[in-house]
Amino acid sequence: MAEHRGVWVFLEARNGALRDVSVQLIGEARRIADKRGADLTGILPGWNVEPLARQAIECGCDRILLVEDPRLEFYTSRPFTRVMATLRWKYNPEVILFGASKNGRDLGGRLHAAIDTGLAADCVRFDVTEEGFLDMIRPAFGGKSLAHIHCEEHRPQMASARWNVFPMPPRDRSRTGEVVRETVVFEPADFDTKIVGFKPTETHETRKIDDAKILVSGGFGLGDPKNFALLEELASLLGGAVASSRKPVDLGWVPKALQVGQTGKTVRPSLYIAVGISGAVQHLAGMQEAAKIVAINNDPKAAIFEIADYGIVGDLFQLIPEAIRQLKAFRGQAESARPREATPPS
Amino acid sequence: MTDTAAKQGLRIVVCLKQVPKAQELQVDPVTKTLKRVGVPSEINPPDQNALEMALLLREQHGGEIIVLSMGPTSFDESLERAIAMGADRGFLVTDRNLGGSDTVPTALTLERAIEKIGGVDLILCGEETTDASTGHVGPGIAGHMDIPQITYCSGVEIVDRRVRGVRMIEDGAETWEAPMPCVVTVDFGCNKPRQPTLTGKVRVKRGGLVQHWSAADLGLEPSQIGLKGSPTIVAKVDTVQLPSRQGQIFQEEPTIAVSLLLEALRRDRVIP
Repeated sequence: MAEHRGVWVFLEARNGALRDVSVQLIGEARRIADKRGADLTGILPGWNVEPLARQAIECGCDRILLVEDPRLEFYTSRPFTRVMATLRWKYNPEVILFGASKNGRDLGGRLHAAIDTGLAADCVRFDVTEEGFLDMIRPAFGGKSLAHIHCEEHRPQMASARWNVFPMPPRDRSRTGEVVRETVVFEPADFDTKIVGFKPTETHETRKIDDAKILVSGGFGLGDPKNFALLEELASLLGGAVASSRKPVDLGWVPKALQVGQTGKTVRPSLYIAVGISGAVQHLAGMQEAAKIVAINNDPKAAIFEIADYGIVGDLFQLIPEAIRQLKAFRGQAESARPREATPPS
Repeated sequence: MTDTAAKQGLRIVVCLKQVPKAQELQVDPVTKTLKRVGVPSEINPPDQNALEMALLLREQHGGEIIVLSMGPTSFDESLERAIAMGADRGFLVTDRNLGGSDTVPTALTLERAIEKIGGVDLILCGEETTDASTGHVGPGIAGHMDIPQITYCSGVEIVDRRVRGVRMIEDGAETWEAPMPCVVTVDFGCNKPRQPTLTGKVRVKRGGLVQHWSAADLGLEPSQIGLKGSPTIVAKVDTVQLPSRQGQIFQEEPTIAVSLLLEALRRDRVIP
């Protein structure tokens, strides 16, 4: 095997900025590069992205390979794969890391087949083994185990890394590095795919479940989409939001944006109330980091009770209205007990 | 309609994998490990969305849907189910030498099978599988074939032999347009997969609709596939212990149980 040196990070630019997942990855890649006694190179394809090279250096890169072309303004699969493959053959890096954004996964998945090397998806930790291999650690099967993936006989060793698992590295404005402009020769077919439209997400609902401190989540046990109204009422009394397990989404009861779990979202609220959710591992994977978990289910054997801090075995149609009643009563008391202010608040 | 595809019809390959049914997987309360024994299988759910997308396209443009999988012969069950749902026929690449394949030989094997099927306009895959969840196989197939790919698609139209796909990314929905042949990976939950029909089941019962290929049938050398052909290995697996929880169950009658629960949550300062 030819000599392979250096750690690379694919830097994804979007709307004139580096994506968080790329910046987070620079911090982690710096650590890996230091362990290997190697340089850290950021690969930055795009258009009008040179200022971002400076930022990547200040966050930890030693060198940026900058590929600017107006046709690279928006991510599409083939030209970006061409950039990565061309540079890979020119420089022989030892490691290439991608942020596991939709585009990062799209690119990594295509590139690994094109250059015949391995790719570990969605890693949450990295290490370097005694032999010097990259230890790529990713959740396996619903997050109940962690698999250590190695790529020993192919180079580069490639992995994508999840969003928000690594902290943003501090930015040191005095750090210096080198920006190297690279030219990549494209083929007409690389630009066969065109982006003809974009509609931004109405983030309202989605953001609610990402940000809410309290989530009231419903499962198949709710029996009917209209029963989610009960959860809405409970959530609004608690200042929280409604979420869902997979089944209600599959059945079209609630939008996919509300789904918590392996194929939905990972959430970390301070309180997660699971109502009528049995607790398949795929669901647990998305909510087990909640600070407190409450399970309400009529099946005492439901797996959800195994990871709950508090549980009530019983009929949710009795228990949720009762909780709503008690919360309203408590609020009523609290309000009548509140001392009157001498002067009205301005 | 001037669309030539409407006259010729589309040849669509849907790649599907048989996976353990996610909802049935439970954690053993005692050992805190995954209970896998006796877990029923299903067609990987996003692949069901891909099949539904193919069926909708065939309704519009005519043509043929071929389902393709790689795995043990027990995967016939899923291919047959897909045929009962409306696919025309299926191929299973099955070979002991394929065991242990990571995404590189998997994508290579599927690509070879697609070449052997021939004349394919569109390749649909689920965005990822619920067991390995890499999402690499669809782009891998496109990479091997050096054809366009549109990943995370929630809907597809074919206009003048061009594929127009709505691609769901973090901050919105992009519309990508690419010529055929093209690989499309389908967003989980973007449609409602139909059930097998009686006619479909009867077709399956008559048999002969799923054909088996070995690796050699596809011209693959043992060194290219299975563990040997896989750049990555799983060096070890750590079991993750579930966070230990208080696990206090309130067994009182509902009014009291709810009151004790709310009191506990207030004491923990998680509710106002």
